[in-house]
Amino acid sequence: MANLPTSVREQFPILQRKVNGKPLVYLDSAATTQKPLAVIEAIVRYYSEFNSNVHRGVHQLSQEATEAFEGVRIQLQQHLHAAEAHEIIFTKGTTDSINTVAHGFRSILQPGDEIIVTQLEHHSNLVPWQMLAQHTGATLRYVPMDGRGVLDMKAYADLLSPSTKVVAFNHISNALGTVNPVKEMTVMAHQYGAAVVVDGAQALPHTTVDVQDLDVDFYAGSAHKMYGPTGIGLLYGKTTWLEKLPPYQGGGEMIAEVAMEVSTYAGLPHKFEAGTPNIEAVIGWGAALTWMNRVGVKNIQAHEDALLRYATERLEAIPGVKIYGKAPEKAAVISFNVHGLHPYDVGTLLDQMGIAVRTGQHCTQPIMDEFGIPGTIRASLAAYTTKEDLDALVKGLEKAISLLQ
Amino acid sequence: MSSMADREADILEEFDFFDDWMDKYEHLIALGKELPPMNPLHKTDDNKIKGCQSQVWLYAQTSDAGIQFEADSDAIITRGMVALLLRIVQDQSPEEIAAYGFGFLDDIGLTAHLSPTRANGLLSMVKQIRLYGVAFQAKRG
Repeated sequence: MANLPTSVREQFPILQRKVNGKPLVYLDSAATTQKPLAVIEAIVRYYSEFNSNVHRGVHQLSQEATEAFEGVRIQLQQHLHAAEAHEIIFTKGTTDSINTVAHGFRSILQPGDEIIVTQLEHHSNLVPWQMLAQHTGATLRYVPMDGRGVLDMKAYADLLSPSTKVVAFNHISNALGTVNPVKEMTVMAHQYGAAVVVDGAQALPHTTVDVQDLDVDFYAGSAHKMYGPTGIGLLYGKTTWLEKLPPYQGGGEMIAEVAMEVSTYAGLPHKFEAGTPNIEAVIGWGAALTWMNRVGVKNIQAHEDALLRYATERLEAIPGVKIYGKAPEKAAVISFNVHGLHPYDVGTLLDQMGIAVRTGQHCTQPIMDEFGIPGTIRASLAAYTTKEDLDALVKGLEKAISLLQ
Repeated sequence: MSSMADREADILEEFDFFDDWMDKYEHLIALGKELPPMNPLHKTDDNKIKGCQSQVWLYAQTSDAGIQFEADSDAIITRGMVALLLRIVQDQSPEEIAAYGFGFLDDIGLTAHLSPTRANGLLSMVKQIRLYGVAFQAKRG
């Protein structure tokens, strides 16, 4: 049933370790994926062989580091099928990317303008827009979801108007796994001239993304959710939009000319990359992309889809288990509760058995409020997840239930 | 009335029986179920210690016998931890409570539950118990 060979899993050193005396069963990949040896080795090689600051030295090391660094930008351009390499901006992560856009719109929005977000958003694609609304006097509107965790497209159509300036939503929900119809939502937003900002943090690890085909204006992602290092992410933006937005932070690297009173900004992408970047993480991300493409994103997706169906069947067979998020289009995440049990208690007992799941609100309080629950237990999948991991989860869950009831 | 040291010794002896984590957690869950219910009048938002994962309510009043605590949690394991902590401090003097460190949790292997990363409200509860000790001490003084 699982399509990927076990040799994939063997490339992740951490999966050999034990937790609380038991073999680790890692089912928290939506929080962060583990890293293959190729990524760890790329970071070691960078520091051992060509560590140097980028974009400024005439010396050999700096040139090597700059070439490797800019090479990853081109890899990302190809991975997302962006029209230009300068449309890929390196950020600290998805949250930083969204804040960069939201901050840029401060000089564009006016009172009376509207920003549309959805009820499915992670706080990172919600709070920056709330701050933008507060700052500019614009109004924030919400697209509601139904009981399955599917966005109400009729409500979305009704919310759109000539006042809509920004539409922000995730590609895949971190809490429920819903895959949103990005292309359709983008076409609708563009009919009113609104900019479309997509949080792709949960999509990039699981699916191929073509930003030109989707026609989105901005797309954000994080390396650490796609087998790469923490502290690095990307903001894709169409050239016209990136030129329109003012820079988010000032400093070195992002300027063309500096005088005491005023400076002119550098061109893209450097305008948005103030300060020395996280070079080791960019290099590591390049190795992660190479690794993902070697395994094949479509193969990873098929593997995870098969495991998701299996996990859903097995969990639904346990009396009292309720799964949250039943969208027909769903990816790699299974959120659930056991009737009468607190997710924290279940998570604590699973941890004792070496099983790592996420419990709580998953930074999506509006979703939990809608369901009227304190949180869920979330198991999330990746390329290295096996059927045995899910069997361990089911067995562990049955044990936890018998202890708690 | 038994001293805090005596009560700690009782708990250590009780947990000494358990060879594996399952027995220990079963006991903790049982303690959680046995914890007397909190007076609904005291289970207010003001007395709520909001954790990200689980929530704790704590109320205290003082008498000649010492400080009387009432507490609750929405998660049963957290409730068991609450019951354990209250067993030590119930009816003790404000002075002793203010100075108390809850070090016994280390000996029974449950100290991780007070880690800030757990975000279950217990660490804040411990701080709040001590604060009640300090406050009631000042009131008497």
